[in-house]
Amino acid sequence: MKGKFNPPLGQFSQIKGKCISLVGDDIDTDRIIPARFLKCVDFDSLGKSVFADDRKALKGNHPFDLEANKGASILIVNSNFGCGSSREHAPQALMRWGIKAIIGESYADIFYSNCIAIGIPCLTLSKKSIKIIQKYIENKDLFFEIDLLKSTAKSKDLNFNIEIKETSRKMFLSGEWDTTSKLMDNNDLIENKLNNLPYIKFNSSF
Amino acid sequence: MSQDTLFDKVWELHKVADLPGGSEQIFIGLHLIHEVTSPQAFGALKDKNLKVKFPNRTVATVDHIVPTDNQSRPFKDNLAEQMIDTLEKNCLEHKIKFFNIGSGKQGIVHVVAPELGLTQPGMTIACGDSHTSTHGAFGSIAFGIGTSQVRDVLASQTIAMNKLKVRQIWCENKLSNGIYAKDLVLHIINQLGVKAGVGYAYEFAGPAISSLSMEERMTICNMSIEGGARCGYINPDEKTFNYIKDKLCSPTNENWDNAINWWRSLQSDENSIYDDVVKIDASKVEPTVTWGITPGQSIGINQKIPSLREIDPNDQFIAGEAYEYMGFKPGQSIRDTPIDVCFIGSCTNGRISDLRVAAKVLENHKIAKNIKAFVVPGSERVAKEAKEEGLDKVFLNAGFQWREPGCSMCLAMNSDKLTGNQVSASSSNRNFKGRQGSPSGRTLLMSPAMVAAAAINGKVSDVRDFLKK
Repeated sequence: MKGKFNPPLGQFSQIKGKCISLVGDDIDTDRIIPARFLKCVDFDSLGKSVFADDRKALKGNHPFDLEANKGASILIVNSNFGCGSSREHAPQALMRWGIKAIIGESYADIFYSNCIAIGIPCLTLSKKSIKIIQKYIENKDLFFEIDLLKSTAKSKDLNFNIEIKETSRKMFLSGEWDTTSKLMDNNDLIENKLNNLPYIKFNSSF
Repeated sequence: MSQDTLFDKVWELHKVADLPGGSEQIFIGLHLIHEVTSPQAFGALKDKNLKVKFPNRTVATVDHIVPTDNQSRPFKDNLAEQMIDTLEKNCLEHKIKFFNIGSGKQGIVHVVAPELGLTQPGMTIACGDSHTSTHGAFGSIAFGIGTSQVRDVLASQTIAMNKLKVRQIWCENKLSNGIYAKDLVLHIINQLGVKAGVGYAYEFAGPAISSLSMEERMTICNMSIEGGARCGYINPDEKTFNYIKDKLCSPTNENWDNAINWWRSLQSDENSIYDDVVKIDASKVEPTVTWGITPGQSIGINQKIPSLREIDPNDQFIAGEAYEYMGFKPGQSIRDTPIDVCFIGSCTNGRISDLRVAAKVLENHKIAKNIKAFVVPGSERVAKEAKEEGLDKVFLNAGFQWREPGCSMCLAMNSDKLTGNQVSASSSNRNFKGRQGSPSGRTLLMSPAMVAAAAINGKVSDVRDFLKK
């Protein structure tokens, strides 16, 4: 990854880009970023290590190494993508490689919330639609225009109505997906909650 | 939508506000941190010029990167040293309690918090680690979070989250002799699948669950995430309260009476509503071993590795990958599979009762030639207790290596790794490709007792054959 990395900021409703397809169910976060790369105190260097072991095993034939996929930014996956470890390093590595959105059959819970927290929309389509997309990419480049407002993914040949959790959609459209300040706005409510929880009182020593 | 379950009650109690967009703001009663998923969160606080909101609601320890052979500082691995050093500095700067190596309280975060009495019923507990579900064994609502959410908890003691649905997993009858909590949870994940829990909290209930010890219950809840559920819990009972009593951070005197009264009121109501209920017959569970590359790909010790036709169409793709990666053929027995490495430890099965069970199997036995076997206690406290009981000697006499506490070869962030395509018999929680440190290494998950049996015979064996003698 050359040049300065710019994470997304503020509101956005459209993502345009080339698609990269990764076939397989239950692709876990250990595969997305093997544990040895977690020995770091920032996320900066993770982009080049994404899928490190899978790529090494395929000796240059992994989708993330193919010349044809250079510059791709929309990742197409199958079911239960991102299962396993809670490591945010996984979506951080994908983002730093260049992924800006993911379209798949389904996602693991923690991976999904990690993606949303750093500004990667995870969209869903049926198994059948994903198959059509993956088949198409086998032969031709696919450029999607994703519209979060209209919930569509459009291209010259293929058009889909995509699904996204309403809460996530609203967050991206409003630019409020960076949650910290939203949470801190409720400072008084947080203080009240602390003071009213039963166990805070009987755990005074802790 | 679920109603009046323990999950509903604890969720409501901790709800701070509805957030614009539809998610809810939830207060986190106990926040646990470690060296791997926290440094970037502290970095983000610094960038935003924010403070830790309630420093005494966060507790830290170091577990993932610690070496288990020589723990003297600085660590030989510079990167590992940098990570522990960063955690030390962050805790010092933000006045967060840190259980460091040598304190007598260090260990795997999900072993340490319960044994110190920090984990209690009715709390919300979050940690940047997917196995945080472990703490649900006490009737707390506990789940793993990512680093951005760690930042949010540090800054606000809250997170934004959508409420989970609740599935009750009712376990009838009892486990037979020689069958352990690990076998039961592997069986449950196999029956329900690794995706079934997505969007759910799992409530484990029924006679087979009630009869488990607290440490066995932790093993069950620990692996909820392997079934896709980021949260798993068990309604608290007298066993729960007895376990917590007199721990270092447990309530005392009058506070204890108040605590126990409140805890007793924390139960799923008899007529509570679940989004789903499934039944499991615990008496049918056999010693269970994984043959594939997800924790759902398991069979009983006497079963054969299934053929594609026997597998749900949705799971056939990953099954195909598993045959190839593991070098197994459909119809092959798992029993007698040769083993290279045996690992006993992890947040799933690195507690004192796990070590006791394995030591009992190993007593008066030697491990097979050419087997590398090692035991990594889950915490300094577990190690101390084991030594007081002489368990370390049993392991050493059998030919195991006795190590210092940490996560070790569960995820191989330290120097404990498989090499090449070695096969390990492991008491840990994940058999993903490359999980134990070698990109072609192969992991067979099983109970600590089954790992001990495999170590003695040098191949996958039925531990019940040792218990009969």
